[in-house]
Amino acid sequence: MNHEAFGLSANLFAFLDWHEFFFLLFAGVACVAAVMVVLSDNVVRMALHLVLSLGATAGLFFLAGAEFVGAMQLMIYVGGTLVLLVFGVMLTAQTQLVALRTPAGDRVIAGILAAALLAVLVQAAFSIESWQKPGQGVATAPTATPLGMALVGVRVDQVAEENLVRPKGGYLLPFEIVSVHLLVVLVGAAYLARAKRRRVPRSVDLVASADSTKPRSPVAASSTLVAGGPK
Amino acid sequence: MTFVLCGVVSVSHYLVVGAVLFTCGVVCMALKRNALGVLMGIELVLNGANINFVAFGSEYLAGDGKSVLGLDGEVMALFVILLAAAEAAVALAITLNFYNNHATVDVDRADDLHG
Repeated sequence: MNHEAFGLSANLFAFLDWHEFFFLLFAGVACVAAVMVVLSDNVVRMALHLVLSLGATAGLFFLAGAEFVGAMQLMIYVGGTLVLLVFGVMLTAQTQLVALRTPAGDRVIAGILAAALLAVLVQAAFSIESWQKPGQGVATAPTATPLGMALVGVRVDQVAEENLVRPKGGYLLPFEIVSVHLLVVLVGAAYLARAKRRRVPRSVDLVASADSTKPRSPVAASSTLVAGGPK
Repeated sequence: MTFVLCGVVSVSHYLVVGAVLFTCGVVCMALKRNALGVLMGIELVLNGANINFVAFGSEYLAGDGKSVLGLDGEVMALFVILLAAAEAAVALAITLNFYNNHATVDVDRADDLHG
């Protein structure tokens, strides 16, 4: 390797601020993929671009020092929620439904409104003086332990500054509410999305089970479907 | 490179990324005819909000070394992620139900309650 070239590349590496570089990389990927989600008509491509956008967002979380939230973003969002969405795409993937086109007039109006909204939000983002001060880049402690303690009601990050007798409240109650909420929602989702069983009146249940090969009345089946399943 | 970022990254830059994701999500929700596309728009909106929470909660980005939200921002981001998962599950169930009943996922066709 040429000595001069080596010095140049070392200069380049010294010139590059890696935090800045990775911020630009992740922010660019997140924004471009989000725009591609809007622009593409194919729902499968939209899902792929959404994966890219959310993954790059997780990278931004890591850069901001919130490594536990970033890991959760990758595991729950990209690993769970998007798999759910992709399942939805696969279950409803008929050829005429994969690419539903939006009228061009709607696109133009939406573009104008989006530009206006973006202008307002960006202007707001740069409107506060203290938000624009570049970060000190202080080394941050790992956040997994304080987060876990906060979720069970103990704020270890507040203990140092406030007195030990009355530390700032933790998040035990919201944590429990969210847990029960998630449980109820998943049970409800499973109830809503399960395969529909055709239902016949109870008096003819025995007869129906005796000759289950006989097809039942399509009217009864469709009325069950419209009513949203068996009550 | 330093044209956009004079110095180190600040909270404002994170807010801009969040604003872009939020705007894309809103447009996605309003524009898509596929119900799953609308769901993806909701995910984008929630992510934009999440970026703001994390940015305000980050000590690394804080200009004066003391973040606005502290750990609360990250806890809120975790709650948002959890609620987004719940919302996606139940919205997907509704979409599948709609698909079973109408054999389509076009939200423009969901006009059974139209007077």
